[in-house]
Parts: sequence; structure tokens; C-alpha cells
Amino acid sequence: MSISKEDVKYIAALARIDVPEDKLEGFAKSLGGIVQYVEQLQSLDVENVKPTSHAVPVGNVLRPDVVKTSLTNQEALAIAVEAKDGSFKVPLVIE
Amino acid sequence: MSLHQLTSHALLDLIRSRQTTPREAYADVVARIKAVDPKVKAYVHLAKSEPNFIGEIPIPIAIKDNLCTKGEEITCASRILKGFHSPYDAGVIERIKKSGGSILGIVNMDEFAFGSSCETSCYGPTFNPWNLQCVPGGSSGGSAASVAADEAMWALGSDTGGSIRQPASFCGIVGLKPTYGRVSRYGLIAFASSLDQIGPLTKDVKDCALLMNIISGYDERDSTSVNEPVPDYTKSLVNDVRGLKIGIPKEAFVEGLDLEVRRAVEDALDLLKKMGAVIKEVSLPHTPYAVATYYIVATAEASSNLARFDGVRFGMRAQPASTRKNALLDMYEETRAKGFGDEAKRRIMLGTYALSSGYYDAYYLRGQKVRTLIKNDLDEVFKDCDVIMTPTSPTVAFKVGEKVSDPLSMYLSDIYTIPANLAGIPAISIPCGFSKSGLPIGLQLMGKAFDEEMLLRVSYTYEQNTPWHLKKPQL
Repeated sequence: MSISKEDVKYIAALARIDVPEDKLEGFAKSLGGIVQYVEQLQSLDVENVKPTSHAVPVGNVLRPDVVKTSLTNQEALAIAVEAKDGSFKVPLVIE
Repeated sequence: MSLHQLTSHALLDLIRSRQTTPREAYADVVARIKAVDPKVKAYVHLAKSEPNFIGEIPIPIAIKDNLCTKGEEITCASRILKGFHSPYDAGVIERIKKSGGSILGIVNMDEFAFGSSCETSCYGPTFNPWNLQCVPGGSSGGSAASVAADEAMWALGSDTGGSIRQPASFCGIVGLKPTYGRVSRYGLIAFASSLDQIGPLTKDVKDCALLMNIISGYDERDSTSVNEPVPDYTKSLVNDVRGLKIGIPKEAFVEGLDLEVRRAVEDALDLLKKMGAVIKEVSLPHTPYAVATYYIVATAEASSNLARFDGVRFGMRAQPASTRKNALLDMYEETRAKGFGDEAKRRIMLGTYALSSGYYDAYYLRGQKVRTLIKNDLDEVFKDCDVIMTPTSPTVAFKVGEKVSDPLSMYLSDIYTIPANLAGIPAISIPCGFSKSGLPIGLQLMGKAFDEEMLLRVSYTYEQNTPWHLKKPQL
């Protein structure tokens, strides 16, 4: 299976990355090579195999709902690119 | 011998017998950094403030650029995180500070740990102290190079597919990836959450045990942290392998394995056999599929983890000049376009593709199923083996620039290290010789889950009977 320039455009939009026209070809080629390499997985019979999402068994972790100290609003916003009224500020979305 | 040339345990002995002070040792290592780092380029920046030197183990340490350290700029060697000064300490950093550890600075890595050579860093590459034309390995290349060049007494790195072990091997030092859940990932900027583990890079096996004692243990802030008692790892430093069973997978000694690496690993095997270990040929039939599985599972998790870097909360934000879609979407897309390097974009897109509608079953779900097969292979072998031994990497360190334009050949550098991450088991790389060209060769031992002790015991025995860990690069 190969990856076309159109595929790259579609994936890039899903991934929220602006890929300029002159870079589409390069990504199509390198992604295509990797996708071709992972095609080898199709040759294995995995019909009755359960998927592993974590190697070590994990489950819900519960703890008492106790208030503890954490970062203050001010500390958290100190890393913000733009902040206003105690919140992170983003460009205007709704007119 | 200068203080910076010592192992951490030797330095600790001098401090405890009052022959030197933590402050003096710290200053000596900083002087070493200033002398040789212009050549090696292991450090991204030195720590902003001097530590307090109070604690049981006041040893100077280097920290990988993906471990949140309060007040320091932590960027994962990516432009997108430039300007992010961590407001808190990672779980391991808290433990280091509590033990008296003094942070020297933040060391280089491949961008977001995507790489095996340290070349994808936005700061430029780190160089191998044994040959400055070669890569130090990656992604924890700065961690490994700083320790090998005596620019740090020891270092912390992270390992998702070999990122501690492969650079340890390339730089001739010891690197351990602990069992998944042994060390808290709280404050580690995530790459692939089901594979990532933090671990030590050290000058010898005893230092590895000491650093494991400091960083291991339960942390409720990491929901995958395992609440099991932590042994005193220095008790595993036993010079004896009599009767221990070492499995040698036949799949490991195939085409693509450098002859010198093969010979060094076979010599190590002979030595351990002479010392009383029982060698067993075993089979891990699905390991040839490990790299393909990894590049589905790891990139899928990465594409999701890296979605948080969008210019809203941390790091850089692009200011689009004109409107294409809408102001917010344009800002996301341009920030990510300018902030991520090409390899990061490639992996995010590959993971996005593997998770996208219509391809999920064929790629991601299938990858997770093959992961089960690989894990089952290892479980089966460990029913009758104490450790499994392979080379750490199929080659010694390669030249800077040699593989950077061919992602697939770079990925194959991790062919021996990836299975341990997929199965969650611990694995260590220790020096086992040198190539004719003078580059270090590494040997990998994999163990059962939570049996780091067995890895340390076999490694310690091998190390005590070989001279490799005593050699130093000339800088």
C-alpha cells in the first residue's frame, strides 16, 4: 500500500499540522516506505489473539477524594503564552 | 585521578570519609563540562541554581530534557516547547533532590525521543565521546555522552524502544530500562505511555543499583505505577552466576548483525559459561515483527500524547499572518508546523494514520495483537531461563548524518531493544568490548518483570571479570 499526496494532506489536517505543498511529496514517500514495512504484520494469523494495550495488567486506580495542595492558578498561568482573567487566552473563534 | 573520573559509589566513599565535599565534587564536574562540552555538546543548558547538597547521596546528575525539573526550561529538544519553564518537579526529580542529588543541567535528546542518534534535536546533535564524528545513540544521547565523557557522575534517561540502552551501548556505559511501573512516570513528558520508562545511565553496575534504589517505588500520581516493595538493589551485586540459565534467542544472530558485535557477544557468552552459567538456545519467533509492531503502537500513542502541544498552554505560539480556515485552527496548524521537526511530524502523522477511520483494525488493533504474541514468546522462554542475552544494537555507533535521511534504517537500530518495551520487562545494556575502530560494543540482558535484581547480578558478575567499564575516551 502506498501513500499519496492527497493522503498526506488528509492525515496532516487530522493531525492539525500545516504541511506546505512542496513537502507533501517527501512525506508521502517516507510514510509510504514505513507503511510498506509494517505491512509484514498482515502475514500473521491473529484471529484468536487478544490485543495487549498494557504489558502489565492495569485497572482503575481509586483513592480517597481528599483536597491537597497543587499548582496555584498563578503558577499554572505563568507558563501561558497569553493569559487573561485567570484563564489561558486563545485567538477569537466566535465573532 | 580527578573527582569527575570516579564512579558515583567511589565518590560517595570519599565524601563519607571526609576526603572531599559534595560542593567540591560538583564544582569539579562543572569544570569538566566547561572543558569538554564544547566538543561533545551533551548539555542543552546548565542548571539555573546551585543545589543545597544536603542528603544521603549528594551526587551530581544530568537530567534528560523530557523530565520536568522545577524552574528549568524543559523542551524535549523541540522548538514547540521553547520557553516552557516547568512549574513542578517530576516524581524522579523529587526523589533525586530528597536524596541530596545535585542537578548539573539538562541534557540533549532526539526531539520528543523520536530517534536513535540524537540528531533530531532542535539544538543540533550531541557527539560520541569515543569518536566525535559518530552519534552517541538516542534518544537519551545527551545522558549517555555526558556520563561517558565524565561530564556527569550519572544521568537519568527515558526508554520507549531502546532510548536508554542503545546510547549506553554506543557510549560504553551501563543503561537500565526498569520494568514498566517500577519507576514513576509522573512529570515525564509522554511519548508512548504504555512503553515509556525512566531509568539510570551510569559508569558501572554498582552505580546502576544505587541510582535504582533512589528512583524506584510507588507514586500515586502515576496511575500505572506499581505498588510492590522495592528491594535494596545493591544486595544483587553478587559475583556469581553458577547454575543460572541464560537464554540465547536464535533469531538475534541473523543477517544485519555486525560481525564484531556478534563476536563480542559470543565471547561474553563463553565467559559466563566458563563461570558456571547454563547457556540455552531459545526461540522468540515473533521478535522479527517487533519493529513493525512498535512503529504502529508507539506512533499511535505519540500522536495522541502530542496533541496537547498546540500553542494554547505551553511553549511557543505561531501568529498566522492571514486567515485560511479560522483564527484558532490556523494558529494550531501553524504552531505545530513551525514547532515540530520533520521526524516528529512524520511520527505524529504515521500514528494519526494508524488510528484513523478505516485503518484502525488493520494497523493499530493488529499491532496490539502482535504485541501479545511477542509478549507470549518472552513469557514462554522465561519459564525456563533467568535472563535472555542479545546484542544491544546490531552495530556500533554510526557516523553523524549517515542514517538521518533514511528513517527505516534508523528504526532498525532498535531491533533488539524494542521487545522489552512491548512486553514491559526490564533490560540492561553493559559494555562488552570494542570494535577495531575503537567504538564500544554493548550487550543486552532482559529479565522477568520486576526481576531487575537478576539483571544486576549477571551484569555485575560479567563486569567484575572484564576490563571494559574501566576504559575512558580521550577528549
